[in-house]
Amino acid sequence: MSKPKDSIAKTIGVAAALCIVCSIMVSMAAVMLKPLQVENQKLDIKKNLLAAAGLVKSGATKVEIEQAFANVKTILINLDQGQEDQSVDLATFDQVKAAKDATLGKLIDAKTDVAKIKRRERHSKVYLVGSNGQVELIVLPIYGKGLWSTMYGFIALAPDTKTVRGFSFYQHGETPGLGGEIDNKKWQASWIGKIALDGGNFGPIIRVLKGKVNSASPQAASQVDGLSGATLTSRGVEGMVRYWLGKDGFGPFLANFRQGGITL
Amino acid sequence: MSVKTTLFDPIFKNNPIGLQILGICSALAVTTKLETVLAMSGAVIFVTAFSNLFVSVIRAHIPSSIRIIVQMTIIASLVIVADQVLKAYFFSISKSMSVYVGLIITNCIVMGRAEGFAMKNPPWISFVDGLGNGVGYAVVLLFVGVLRELFGSGSLLGYTIFPLVGDGGWYQGNGLMLLAPSAFFLIAIFIWIVRTYYPEQIEEE
Repeated sequence: MSKPKDSIAKTIGVAAALCIVCSIMVSMAAVMLKPLQVENQKLDIKKNLLAAAGLVKSGATKVEIEQAFANVKTILINLDQGQEDQSVDLATFDQVKAAKDATLGKLIDAKTDVAKIKRRERHSKVYLVGSNGQVELIVLPIYGKGLWSTMYGFIALAPDTKTVRGFSFYQHGETPGLGGEIDNKKWQASWIGKIALDGGNFGPIIRVLKGKVNSASPQAASQVDGLSGATLTSRGVEGMVRYWLGKDGFGPFLANFRQGGITL
Repeated sequence: MSVKTTLFDPIFKNNPIGLQILGICSALAVTTKLETVLAMSGAVIFVTAFSNLFVSVIRAHIPSSIRIIVQMTIIASLVIVADQVLKAYFFSISKSMSVYVGLIITNCIVMGRAEGFAMKNPPWISFVDGLGNGVGYAVVLLFVGVLRELFGSGSLLGYTIFPLVGDGGWYQGNGLMLLAPSAFFLIAIFIWIVRTYYPEQIEEE
Protein backbone atom coordinates (compact mmCIF):
# COMPACT_ATOMS: atom_id res chain seq x y z
CA MET A 1 0.00 0.00 0.00
CA SER A 2 2.82 2.39 -0.67
CA LYS A 3 1.90 5.83 -1.88
CA PRO A 4 3.47 6.97 -5.17
CA LYS A 5 6.02 9.14 -3.32
CA ASP A 6 7.23 6.04 -1.51
CA SER A 7 7.93 3.98 -4.62
CA ILE A 8 11.49 2.75 -4.97
CA ALA A 9 12.09 4.73 -8.15
CA LYS A 10 10.91 7.93 -6.52
CA THR A 11 12.97 7.29 -3.38
CA ILE A 12 16.14 6.82 -5.39
CA GLY A 13 15.29 9.80 -7.59
CA VAL A 14 14.74 12.12 -4.64
CA ALA A 15 17.91 10.93 -2.93
CA ALA A 16 19.99 11.44 -6.07
CA ALA A 17 18.56 14.88 -6.83
CA LEU A 18 19.09 16.01 -3.25
CA CYS A 19 22.68 14.78 -3.25
CA ILE A 20 23.46 16.66 -6.46
CA VAL A 21 21.90 19.92 -5.25
CA CYS A 22 23.60 19.73 -1.85
CA SER A 23 26.98 18.83 -3.25
CA ILE A 24 26.85 21.72 -5.73
CA MET A 25 25.96 24.08 -2.89
CA VAL A 26 28.74 22.83 -0.62
CA SER A 27 31.42 22.80 -3.30
CA MET A 28 30.46 26.28 -4.48
CA ALA A 29 30.84 27.63 -0.96
CA ALA A 30 34.15 25.81 -0.52
CA VAL A 31 35.63 26.99 -3.83
CA MET A 32 34.46 30.58 -3.54
CA LEU A 33 35.70 31.06 0.00
CA LYS A 34 39.00 29.24 -0.47
CA PRO A 35 41.18 32.30 -1.29
CA LEU A 36 40.02 34.10 1.86
CA GLN A 37 40.61 31.03 4.00
CA VAL A 38 44.10 30.51 2.64
CA GLU A 39 44.94 34.14 3.37
CA ASN A 40 43.60 33.73 6.92
CA GLN A 41 45.70 30.63 7.45
CA LYS A 42 48.86 32.37 6.31
CA LEU A 43 48.12 35.30 8.58
CA ASP A 44 47.43 32.90 11.44
CA ILE A 45 50.81 31.20 10.95
CA LYS A 46 52.54 34.58 11.11
CA LYS A 47 50.52 35.51 14.16
CA ASN A 48 51.55 32.33 15.97
CA LEU A 49 55.15 32.86 15.02
CA LEU A 50 54.99 36.37 16.46
CA ALA A 51 53.11 35.10 19.52
CA ALA A 52 55.87 32.54 20.17
CA ALA A 53 58.38 35.38 19.91
CA GLY A 54 56.20 37.47 22.25
CA LEU A 55 55.89 40.28 19.70
CA VAL A 56 52.11 40.51 19.40
CA LYS A 57 49.17 39.99 21.75
CA SER A 58 46.45 37.47 20.99
CA GLY A 59 43.98 40.08 19.69
CA ALA A 60 46.38 41.61 17.16
CA THR A 61 44.93 43.01 13.95
CA LYS A 62 46.12 42.21 10.47
CA VAL A 63 48.01 45.49 10.22
CA GLU A 64 49.78 44.95 13.56
CA ILE A 65 50.76 41.44 12.50
CA GLU A 66 52.18 42.58 9.16
CA GLN A 67 54.05 45.43 10.83
CA ALA A 68 55.56 43.21 13.50
CA PHE A 69 56.42 40.58 10.92
CA ALA A 70 58.41 43.15 8.93
CA ASN A 71 60.93 43.18 11.82
CA VAL A 72 61.47 39.46 11.60
CA LYS A 73 64.28 38.27 9.38
CA THR A 74 63.57 34.99 7.60
CA ILE A 75 66.48 32.88 6.42
CA LEU A 76 66.61 29.49 4.77
CA ILE A 77 69.08 27.01 6.19
CA ASN A 78 70.36 23.60 5.25
CA LEU A 79 69.43 21.44 8.22
CA ASP A 80 72.28 18.91 7.93
CA GLN A 81 75.01 21.52 7.68
CA GLY A 82 73.29 24.16 9.78
CA GLN A 83 74.34 26.90 7.34
CA GLU A 84 72.33 29.51 5.55
CA ASP A 85 71.60 28.21 2.05
CA GLN A 86 70.69 30.57 -0.76
CA SER A 87 70.48 27.91 -3.48
CA VAL A 88 66.78 27.44 -2.69
CA ASP A 89 64.38 30.32 -3.33
CA LEU A 90 62.92 31.49 -0.05
CA ALA A 91 59.80 33.01 -1.60
CA THR A 92 58.60 29.83 -3.27
CA PHE A 93 59.90 27.34 -0.70
CA ASP A 94 57.05 25.20 0.65
CA GLN A 95 58.30 23.43 3.73
CA VAL A 96 55.45 20.95 4.04
CA LYS A 97 55.77 19.89 0.39
CA ALA A 98 59.57 19.71 0.63
CA ALA A 99 59.36 17.06 3.35
CA LYS A 100 57.43 14.77 1.01
CA ASP A 101 59.57 15.51 -2.04
CA ALA A 102 62.07 12.85 -3.13
CA THR A 103 65.05 15.19 -3.44
CA LEU A 104 64.08 18.07 -1.13
CA GLY A 105 63.14 15.74 1.71
CA LYS A 106 64.76 12.75 3.38
CA LEU A 107 63.73 9.67 5.27
CA ILE A 108 64.42 9.83 8.99
CA ASP A 109 66.03 6.83 10.62
CA ALA A 110 63.37 5.16 12.81
CA LYS A 111 65.65 5.28 15.87
CA THR A 112 66.14 9.03 15.80
CA ASP A 113 62.56 9.78 14.74
CA VAL A 114 61.18 10.72 18.15
CA ALA A 115 58.81 13.20 16.51
CA LYS A 116 57.25 10.29 14.53
CA ILE A 117 57.22 12.22 11.27
CA LYS A 118 59.05 9.61 9.11
CA ARG A 119 60.34 12.18 6.60
CA ARG A 120 61.66 15.66 6.92
CA GLU A 121 62.73 18.42 4.56
CA ARG A 122 66.44 19.09 3.95
CA HIS A 123 65.98 22.84 4.28
CA SER A 124 64.06 24.86 6.79
CA LYS A 125 63.06 28.42 7.37
CA VAL A 126 64.42 30.03 10.50
CA TYR A 127 63.21 33.36 11.85
CA LEU A 128 65.52 35.79 13.60
CA VAL A 129 64.38 38.69 15.74
CA GLY A 130 66.76 41.30 17.04
CA SER A 131 67.98 44.85 16.98
CA ASN A 132 71.24 46.66 16.28
CA GLY A 133 72.72 43.61 14.63
CA GLN A 134 72.19 41.48 17.74
CA VAL A 135 69.94 38.43 17.49
CA GLU A 136 67.61 38.39 20.48
CA LEU A 137 65.38 35.48 19.53
CA ILE A 138 65.60 32.47 17.24
CA VAL A 139 62.20 31.17 16.17
CA LEU A 140 62.16 27.65 14.77
CA PRO A 141 59.27 25.97 12.98
CA ILE A 142 58.72 22.50 14.42
CA TYR A 143 56.19 19.72 14.01
CA GLY A 144 55.49 16.23 15.20
CA LYS A 145 52.83 13.63 15.63
CA GLY A 146 50.38 13.93 18.53
CA LEU A 147 47.61 11.45 19.23
CA TRP A 148 45.53 12.05 16.10
CA SER A 149 47.33 14.59 14.02
CA THR A 150 50.54 16.28 13.09
CA MET A 151 50.97 19.32 15.32
CA TYR A 152 52.64 22.36 13.76
CA GLY A 153 54.11 25.08 15.90
CA PHE A 154 56.93 27.47 16.63
CA ILE A 155 59.46 27.48 19.42
CA ALA A 156 61.43 30.60 20.27
CA LEU A 157 64.88 30.29 21.83
CA ALA A 158 67.12 32.82 23.54
CA PRO A 159 70.53 33.59 21.91
CA ASP A 160 72.15 31.01 24.26
CA THR A 161 70.11 28.45 22.17
CA LYS A 162 69.12 26.63 25.37
CA THR A 163 66.43 28.73 27.00
CA VAL A 164 62.88 28.60 25.68
CA ARG A 165 61.40 32.05 25.16
CA GLY A 166 58.05 31.06 23.71
CA PHE A 167 56.02 28.20 22.31
CA SER A 168 52.93 28.19 20.13
CA PHE A 169 50.91 25.98 17.79
CA TYR A 170 49.14 27.03 14.64
CA GLN A 171 47.69 23.78 13.41
CA HIS A 172 46.71 20.48 14.98
CA GLY A 173 43.76 18.12 15.24
CA GLU A 174 44.02 16.97 18.84
CA THR A 175 40.93 16.35 21.00
CA PRO A 176 39.36 19.68 21.98
CA GLY A 177 39.52 20.16 25.75
CA LEU A 178 42.18 17.46 26.24
CA GLY A 179 45.08 17.35 23.77
CA GLY A 180 43.66 20.54 22.22
CA GLU A 181 44.83 22.29 25.38
CA ILE A 182 48.24 22.62 23.72
CA ASP A 183 46.63 25.86 22.51
CA ASN A 184 46.14 26.94 26.13
CA LYS A 185 48.09 30.17 26.61
CA LYS A 186 48.85 29.39 30.26
CA TRP A 187 50.36 26.04 29.39
CA GLN A 188 52.37 27.56 26.55
CA ALA A 189 53.61 30.22 28.97
CA SER A 190 54.83 27.48 31.34
CA TRP A 191 57.51 26.66 28.74
CA ILE A 192 59.04 30.11 28.96
CA GLY A 193 62.35 30.08 30.80
CA LYS A 194 62.76 26.30 30.63
CA ILE A 195 66.22 25.01 29.73
CA ALA A 196 65.72 22.80 26.68
CA LEU A 197 69.33 21.84 25.99
CA ASP A 198 72.12 20.47 28.13
CA GLY A 199 74.77 23.03 29.06
CA GLY A 200 77.65 20.71 28.11
CA ASN A 201 76.93 18.83 24.90
CA PHE A 202 73.79 20.78 23.93
CA GLY A 203 71.67 17.63 23.62
CA PRO A 204 67.94 18.03 24.28
CA ILE A 205 67.06 17.47 27.94
CA ILE A 206 63.54 18.94 28.01
CA ARG A 207 60.82 16.61 29.34
CA VAL A 208 57.05 16.85 29.41
CA LEU A 209 56.05 15.00 32.55
CA LYS A 210 52.94 13.01 33.26
CA GLY A 211 51.35 15.23 35.89
CA LYS A 212 52.89 18.23 37.60
CA VAL A 213 56.51 19.24 37.87
CA ASN A 214 57.94 18.99 41.38
CA SER A 215 59.55 22.40 41.72
CA ALA A 216 62.01 21.04 44.33
CA SER A 217 63.48 18.54 41.86
CA PRO A 218 66.91 19.45 40.42
CA GLN A 219 65.58 18.82 36.89
CA ALA A 220 62.58 21.13 37.33
CA ALA A 221 64.15 23.77 35.11
CA SER A 222 63.94 21.37 32.18
CA GLN A 223 60.53 19.89 32.91
CA VAL A 224 57.06 21.00 31.84
CA ASP A 225 53.69 19.91 33.27
CA GLY A 226 51.92 17.32 31.14
CA LEU A 227 48.39 18.03 30.00
CA SER A 228 45.88 16.10 32.06
CA GLY A 229 43.90 13.59 30.04
CA ALA A 230 46.31 13.95 27.14
CA THR A 231 49.29 11.71 27.86
CA LEU A 232 49.89 10.81 24.22
CA THR A 233 49.63 14.39 23.00
CA SER A 234 52.05 15.49 25.75
CA ARG A 235 54.44 12.73 24.73
CA GLY A 236 54.13 13.87 21.12
CA VAL A 237 54.99 17.45 22.07
CA GLU A 238 58.03 16.25 24.00
CA GLY A 239 59.11 14.13 21.02
CA MET A 240 58.78 16.95 18.53
CA VAL A 241 60.71 19.44 20.64
CA ARG A 242 63.46 16.91 21.36
CA TYR A 243 63.71 15.87 17.72
CA TRP A 244 63.88 19.35 16.26
CA LEU A 245 66.30 20.68 18.87
CA GLY A 246 68.38 17.53 18.54
CA LYS A 247 71.28 16.79 16.20
CA ASP A 248 69.06 15.48 13.39
CA GLY A 249 66.93 18.65 13.55
CA PHE A 250 68.23 22.15 14.20
CA GLY A 251 71.22 20.90 16.24
CA PRO A 252 73.85 21.77 13.57
CA PHE A 253 72.23 25.15 13.00
CA LEU A 254 72.21 25.98 16.71
CA ALA A 255 75.87 24.90 16.99
CA ASN A 256 76.73 27.14 14.05
CA PHE A 257 74.78 29.97 15.70
CA ARG A 258 76.70 29.60 18.98
CA GLN A 259 79.95 29.92 17.03
CA GLY A 260 78.72 33.18 15.51
CA GLY A 261 78.08 31.77 12.04
CA ILE A 262 74.63 33.31 11.82
CA THR A 263 74.07 37.04 12.05
CA LEU A 264 71.16 39.36 11.45
CA MET B 1 -0.93 29.93 14.13
CA SER B 2 0.26 33.45 13.39
CA VAL B 3 3.71 34.42 12.23
CA LYS B 4 4.19 36.44 15.40
CA THR B 5 3.54 33.60 17.84
CA THR B 6 5.62 31.20 15.73
CA LEU B 7 8.50 33.62 15.86
CA PHE B 8 8.30 34.75 19.49
CA ASP B 9 6.95 31.71 21.32
CA PRO B 10 10.21 29.73 21.10
CA ILE B 11 12.11 32.59 22.72
CA PHE B 12 10.63 32.30 26.23
CA LYS B 13 7.26 30.55 26.20
CA ASN B 14 8.43 27.43 24.37
CA ASN B 15 12.19 27.75 24.48
CA PRO B 16 13.94 24.78 22.86
CA ILE B 17 16.53 24.57 25.65
CA GLY B 18 14.37 25.82 28.52
CA LEU B 19 11.23 23.80 27.93
CA GLN B 20 12.11 21.12 25.43
CA ILE B 21 15.61 20.60 26.93
CA LEU B 22 17.16 20.15 23.47
CA GLY B 23 20.61 21.21 22.36
CA ILE B 24 22.17 21.24 25.84
CA CYS B 25 25.46 19.73 24.68
CA SER B 26 26.64 22.67 22.64
CA ALA B 27 25.28 25.10 25.23
CA LEU B 28 27.86 23.68 27.63
CA ALA B 29 30.74 23.59 25.20
CA VAL B 30 30.85 26.98 23.54
CA THR B 31 29.69 29.36 26.29
CA THR B 32 32.94 30.17 28.10
CA LYS B 33 33.41 33.22 25.90
CA LEU B 34 30.82 35.61 24.51
CA GLU B 35 32.59 35.84 21.18
CA THR B 36 32.11 32.16 20.41
CA VAL B 37 28.53 32.37 21.69
CA LEU B 38 27.72 35.02 19.09
CA ALA B 39 29.28 33.04 16.26
CA MET B 40 27.61 29.81 17.38
CA SER B 41 24.22 31.53 17.75
CA GLY B 42 24.49 33.06 14.29
CA ALA B 43 25.40 29.72 12.77
CA VAL B 44 22.57 27.87 14.53
CA ILE B 45 19.95 30.50 13.61
CA PHE B 46 21.08 30.29 9.99
CA VAL B 47 20.99 26.49 9.96
CA THR B 48 17.64 26.02 11.74
CA ALA B 49 15.91 28.67 9.62
CA PHE B 50 17.15 27.42 6.26
CA SER B 51 16.96 23.70 7.02
CA ASN B 52 13.32 24.23 8.02
CA LEU B 53 12.73 26.19 4.82
CA PHE B 54 14.30 23.62 2.50
CA VAL B 55 12.79 20.62 4.26
CA SER B 56 9.38 22.27 4.08
CA VAL B 57 9.74 23.15 0.39
CA ILE B 58 10.35 19.53 -0.57
CA ARG B 59 8.26 17.94 2.20
CA ALA B 60 5.64 16.65 -0.27
CA HIS B 61 8.34 14.79 -2.19
CA ILE B 62 10.35 13.30 0.67
CA PRO B 63 9.77 9.53 0.76
CA SER B 64 8.99 8.67 4.39
CA SER B 65 11.44 5.75 4.41
CA ILE B 66 14.44 8.07 3.96
CA ARG B 67 13.08 11.29 5.46
CA ILE B 68 15.56 11.46 8.34
CA ILE B 69 18.47 10.97 5.93
CA VAL B 70 17.11 13.67 3.64
CA GLN B 71 16.81 16.09 6.57
CA MET B 72 20.30 15.18 7.74
CA THR B 73 21.75 15.81 4.27
CA ILE B 74 20.17 19.24 4.08
CA ILE B 75 21.28 20.14 7.61
CA ALA B 76 24.81 18.83 7.08
CA SER B 77 25.21 20.81 3.84
CA LEU B 78 24.06 24.01 5.55
CA VAL B 79 26.42 23.42 8.45
CA ILE B 80 29.37 22.95 6.09
CA VAL B 81 28.47 26.20 4.33
CA ALA B 82 28.24 28.00 7.70
CA ASP B 83 31.59 26.52 8.75
CA GLN B 84 33.24 27.64 5.50
CA VAL B 85 31.89 31.17 5.92
CA LEU B 86 33.17 31.34 9.50
CA LYS B 87 36.59 30.11 8.38
CA ALA B 88 36.72 32.78 5.69
CA TYR B 89 35.48 35.77 7.66
CA PHE B 90 35.96 34.97 11.36
CA PHE B 91 39.06 32.80 11.33
CA SER B 92 40.17 33.11 14.94
CA ILE B 93 36.66 32.49 16.29
CA SER B 94 36.22 29.52 14.01
CA LYS B 95 39.55 28.15 15.20
CA SER B 96 38.59 28.45 18.84
CA MET B 97 35.26 26.70 18.19
CA SER B 98 37.10 23.86 16.42
CA VAL B 99 34.74 20.91 16.07
CA TYR B 100 31.68 22.50 17.62
CA VAL B 101 30.55 24.19 14.42
CA GLY B 102 30.51 20.80 12.71
CA LEU B 103 28.59 19.41 15.66
CA ILE B 104 25.63 21.69 14.88
CA ILE B 105 24.68 18.80 12.59
CA THR B 106 23.91 16.76 15.67
CA ASN B 107 22.19 19.62 17.51
CA CYS B 108 18.82 18.16 18.45
CA ILE B 109 17.04 21.49 17.94
CA VAL B 110 17.75 21.59 14.21
CA MET B 111 16.67 18.01 13.61
CA GLY B 112 13.73 18.32 16.00
CA ARG B 113 12.29 21.35 14.23
CA ALA B 114 12.81 19.85 10.78
CA GLU B 115 11.05 16.62 11.73
CA GLY B 116 8.50 18.10 14.10
CA PHE B 117 7.50 21.28 12.32
CA ALA B 118 8.82 21.68 8.80
CA MET B 119 7.56 18.27 7.62
CA LYS B 120 3.98 19.36 8.32
CA ASN B 121 3.91 23.09 7.57
CA PRO B 122 4.32 25.36 4.55
CA PRO B 123 7.74 26.93 3.82
CA TRP B 124 7.29 30.50 5.07
CA ILE B 125 5.94 29.60 8.49
CA SER B 126 8.59 26.84 8.81
CA PHE B 127 11.31 29.36 8.08
CA VAL B 128 9.92 31.65 10.78
CA ASP B 129 9.70 28.73 13.21
CA GLY B 130 13.35 27.88 12.52
CA LEU B 131 14.30 31.50 13.04
CA GLY B 132 12.37 31.66 16.32
CA ASN B 133 13.90 28.45 17.66
CA GLY B 134 17.36 29.55 16.62
CA VAL B 135 16.86 32.82 18.46
CA GLY B 136 15.46 30.94 21.47
CA TYR B 137 18.65 28.88 21.56
CA ALA B 138 20.72 32.03 21.12
CA VAL B 139 18.98 33.76 24.07
CA VAL B 140 19.92 30.93 26.44
CA LEU B 141 23.46 30.83 25.07
CA LEU B 142 23.82 34.58 25.54
CA PHE B 143 22.49 34.39 29.10
CA VAL B 144 24.95 31.62 29.96
CA GLY B 145 27.81 33.13 27.95
CA VAL B 146 27.55 36.61 29.49
CA LEU B 147 27.54 35.24 33.04
CA ARG B 148 30.32 32.73 32.42
CA GLU B 149 32.69 35.17 30.77
CA LEU B 150 31.91 37.97 33.22
CA PHE B 151 32.35 35.92 36.39
CA GLY B 152 34.88 33.44 35.02
CA SER B 153 37.31 35.75 33.23
CA GLY B 154 36.11 39.17 34.44
CA SER B 155 35.55 40.38 30.89
CA LEU B 156 32.91 40.67 28.17
CA LEU B 157 33.83 40.08 24.53
CA GLY B 158 37.44 40.23 25.68
CA TYR B 159 37.09 43.72 27.24
CA THR B 160 38.00 43.74 30.91
CA ILE B 161 35.07 44.59 33.21
CA PHE B 162 36.44 43.25 36.51
CA PRO B 163 40.26 43.46 36.52
CA LEU B 164 41.59 40.04 37.57
CA VAL B 165 43.87 39.57 40.57
CA GLY B 166 46.38 37.89 38.25
CA ASP B 167 46.60 41.10 36.20
CA GLY B 168 46.91 43.33 39.26
CA GLY B 169 43.18 43.94 39.74
CA TRP B 170 40.81 43.03 42.55
CA TYR B 171 38.60 40.34 41.05
CA GLN B 172 39.33 36.68 41.76
CA GLY B 173 37.98 34.81 38.73
CA ASN B 174 35.49 32.05 39.47
CA GLY B 175 37.15 28.92 38.11
CA LEU B 176 33.90 26.95 38.10
CA MET B 177 32.46 29.36 35.53
CA LEU B 178 35.16 28.33 33.07
CA LEU B 179 34.25 24.67 33.39
CA ALA B 180 31.35 23.04 31.56
CA PRO B 181 29.27 22.11 34.66
CA SER B 182 28.61 25.78 35.47
CA ALA B 183 26.47 25.95 32.33
CA PHE B 184 24.17 23.36 33.90
CA PHE B 185 23.57 25.59 36.92
CA LEU B 186 23.05 28.65 34.74
CA ILE B 187 20.63 26.90 32.39
CA ALA B 188 18.72 25.65 35.45
CA ILE B 189 18.54 29.23 36.77
CA PHE B 190 17.30 30.38 33.36
CA ILE B 191 14.60 27.69 33.39
CA TRP B 192 13.66 28.70 36.94
CA ILE B 193 13.24 32.37 35.97
CA VAL B 194 11.23 31.55 32.86
CA ARG B 195 8.96 29.17 34.76
CA THR B 196 8.30 31.76 37.42
CA TYR B 197 6.83 33.94 34.66
CA TYR B 198 5.06 31.08 32.89
CA PRO B 199 3.87 28.72 35.67
CA GLU B 200 2.06 26.60 33.08
CA GLN B 201 5.50 25.28 32.00
CA ILE B 202 5.95 23.53 35.34
CA GLU B 203 5.47 19.80 34.88
CA GLU B 204 2.99 18.08 37.18
CA GLU B 205 4.52 15.80 39.71
